[in-house]
Amino acid sequence: MPKDTGIGAATVRREDVRFLTGTGEYTDDITLAKQTYAVFARSTVAHGTIKSIDTSAAELMPGVLAVFTGEDFAEVGGNPAGWLINSRDGEPMKEPKRPVLAHGKVRHVGDAYAAVIAETVQQARDAVEAIEADIEELDAIVDMNAALSGSNFVHDEIGTNQCFDWGWIEDNREATDNAIKNAHHVTTLELVNNRLVPNAMEPRASIGSYKASTGEYTLHTTSQNPHLTRLLISAFVLGIPENMLTVIAPDVGGGFGSKIYHYGEEALVLAAAKRLNRPVKWTADRTESFLTDAHGRDHVTKIELALDKDGKFLAFRTDTKANVGAYLSNFSTATPTFLHGTLMAGNYTVPLVYVNVKAVFTNTAPVDAYRGAGRPEATYSIERVIDKAARELGMDPIELRRKNFVKPDQYPFASAAGLEYDAGNYDALMDKMEEVADVAGFAARRAESEKNGKLRGFGVNAYIEACGIAPSNLVGVLGSRVGLYDAATVRVNATGNLSVMVGAHSHGQGHETAFPQVVAEMLGIDPAVIDIVHGDTSKIPFGMGTYGSRSLAVCGSAVVRATEKIINKAKKIAGHMLEASEHDITLADGVFSVAGTDKSVTFGEVALKAYIPHEYPLEDIEPGLEETAFYDPANFTYPSGAYACEVEVDPETGKVTVERMTAVDDFGNVINPMIVTGQVQGGLAQGIGQALLENTSYDENGQLLSASYMDYTMPRADDLPMFAVDHSQGTPCTHNPLGVKGCGEAGAIGSPPTVVNAVIDALQSGGKDVTHIDMPVSPARVWEAMQ
Amino acid sequence: MTKVTMTVNGKTVSGDVEGRTLLASFLRDDQGLTGTHIGCDTSQCGACVVHVDGVAVKSCTMLAAEADGATVDTIEGQANADGSLNVIQQAFQDHHGLQCGFCTPGMVMSAAALLKENPKPSEQEIREYLEGNICRCTGYHNIVKAIMAASGQDVTAIAAE
Repeated sequence: MPKDTGIGAATVRREDVRFLTGTGEYTDDITLAKQTYAVFARSTVAHGTIKSIDTSAAELMPGVLAVFTGEDFAEVGGNPAGWLINSRDGEPMKEPKRPVLAHGKVRHVGDAYAAVIAETVQQARDAVEAIEADIEELDAIVDMNAALSGSNFVHDEIGTNQCFDWGWIEDNREATDNAIKNAHHVTTLELVNNRLVPNAMEPRASIGSYKASTGEYTLHTTSQNPHLTRLLISAFVLGIPENMLTVIAPDVGGGFGSKIYHYGEEALVLAAAKRLNRPVKWTADRTESFLTDAHGRDHVTKIELALDKDGKFLAFRTDTKANVGAYLSNFSTATPTFLHGTLMAGNYTVPLVYVNVKAVFTNTAPVDAYRGAGRPEATYSIERVIDKAARELGMDPIELRRKNFVKPDQYPFASAAGLEYDAGNYDALMDKMEEVADVAGFAARRAESEKNGKLRGFGVNAYIEACGIAPSNLVGVLGSRVGLYDAATVRVNATGNLSVMVGAHSHGQGHETAFPQVVAEMLGIDPAVIDIVHGDTSKIPFGMGTYGSRSLAVCGSAVVRATEKIINKAKKIAGHMLEASEHDITLADGVFSVAGTDKSVTFGEVALKAYIPHEYPLEDIEPGLEETAFYDPANFTYPSGAYACEVEVDPETGKVTVERMTAVDDFGNVINPMIVTGQVQGGLAQGIGQALLENTSYDENGQLLSASYMDYTMPRADDLPMFAVDHSQGTPCTHNPLGVKGCGEAGAIGSPPTVVNAVIDALQSGGKDVTHIDMPVSPARVWEAMQ
Repeated sequence: MTKVTMTVNGKTVSGDVEGRTLLASFLRDDQGLTGTHIGCDTSQCGACVVHVDGVAVKSCTMLAAEADGATVDTIEGQANADGSLNVIQQAFQDHHGLQCGFCTPGMVMSAAALLKENPKPSEQEIREYLEGNICRCTGYHNIVKAIMAASGQDVTAIAAE
């Protein structure tokens, strides 16, 4: 029987009530007293020298309070990259300054070079039109090959467009080359991992405010990690003392990575708020979101897979160019390297992996982590080349994968790409996938499709990812400039209800429901008396936020540790109340008892005693019942899965429809299966979107052609099927207290190769010798490939 | 400035608006009804759907002045009189038809309009009707399921959770 509450219960979400009644509070819903409005002047050219900016007319426009340009921020710091990557020759990566407002040059369409603050947003918008900017247009650098070979630079001061040339694992380079040279068979594939725009439905927004009497700043902003934003603004950009800046991310309407990062608009509204001594609000319109939110993916890769005569994998070798855009966004250098190269062994016992990544500056929007961040790119390359190899060798694609899977008795398993997988069972996932997807019934479904003049294809995929980001000591060695622990405080109030302050920040993941399930289970109390506090640096101890499927695995572990401390202290208090040793006290169903007796006190009675410490051993136990824990994981967690997709292709038009989509995932233990399933479904939609619909298109002048929902094809309800999602085959994570792995990104990681593999299978079934089509697999591309 | 008067969620309200003020902005900024969201600038996303004289309208596509004299219903007026969730809202919660919640008001308002004209829509009819409402979180599976459940259809055969 499924449980009603606690760990494993499909509890409906408490946060839903406010969202369903229109009473959620997103940043743009907030209006502060005396609030003013910021609107940005943004470059219409991709690359240009700022000769002059004349703001005098704008300053005289009605309602205008101030106009800022890059000159105003020339002396403050840049927005830094959070991860130092060294090139193969040991040289550190190039790190050009990313200013609050463009100064000297504009480097992509949408790059902000000025901002107007006015009484109303309309007045600010009108005044932006009155700014006279003399920007001398330069040739745009858009194509990565051209960027690497030319003498036209995005950042003149570094004299190259190559940010780094990274090798992983460099010591294996020669052995990998030899394995490929001498192999029985080598399959080669060149592919593009298409650039995507995250497209959280809530556009970014920020409100800066300043209290002159105390010197305190407050930033309300659309953030996945308010503490990180505070740290970046304080330590690197504006130099505001950390204890004088509060960052509040209220309800956040989706992020998918794009709201991890600190953006210049946040610094601008804070600086403007101080100058005007009034709150300053900025809300992006959707076009600004397309132009300036950090984009995702954009890799061009050549992958080679060497196999022996039995189909055993001998080596993977990849050569990738990764577009980082015009500036380094905070995680942009980690995404194509340590979140990508380290996963290039997949679920397989392959002994050799070598990955080369060249990161390239271009006159396009910055590129950073987007749902999956590096792991979708790795999975796509691996799982597409395996499918191609199976076809070349005449082997069944499922059997070829099974032949090379890491087996359950091999854990902990040291992968050839440098990670230690702690637990998994990839054959069990594949078995379950074959059952749920009804692989046995495919032939009949194909025959039915063919009867209707359609081609039907079946695609499969096995993925592994690294989540629970991340062990600080390990990532420190790898170049991370931050620790990636998380923190939680459990406060038991005198009347017995609880406030749990967490460093993770939900932007759709249901933390307000799931975290109480964990605490309630441990304490044996009703989750309804437990409230989650998040998204406000003044209320919670610290936190690194929500991304990389880390909230439960890392912050949830901190919640467990803090709750354990609560239990330990509560047992001491209960022992005193019951005149027994704390070691004899047991906790069950919210009641502390002396083992072997009928003496007991309730959790609520202990809480009251902690705050009204009469007849209390103050010499041994402090009053109060509040504990904090910081948790730093010992390893990454390794979710894995087996996915299947069936598509129909209309040979007349090239249109692909997804008929069946099956995701079988190993997330370890599951706290709330309803939420987990929802996370997978959303990821599947984004992955299918990448595979079939979505593309971010710049022309040769660096103009973004897909800058609205009229041009960028978002998956809509009628583009998608119902999904079959299963997570019954979990193997618990071995190194965190809940045995959980993380589920937020899996769907977006596992689905793109599955869909493309299915399309290729459909075309092959129609007698077409098509081995690859780049994403998005649009009708035009399919039709062209079929000719 | 033009004075407009309309009935919003059963109450008569009025305000002075510029000719270019959109209904969505009037509701959010003048009336403080921030449940109606603005997610795009091309009338594509549907986060701003409200009912004007009983018809689903993208309130970013309509000037406030055009709604002068109209009856406007927004997400804030959808719950039952006792404050409990209405059938559609309850189905969205029961079937996890929302995650970040930003598209949700528009989804609920569109669903209400759909069920008014088609009380027992098929899965395909729901998907086609929602073509003008974009959700980035859910993959639509649970939204479709919730609307089917709200219309009294048995959804137990649709994948678990």
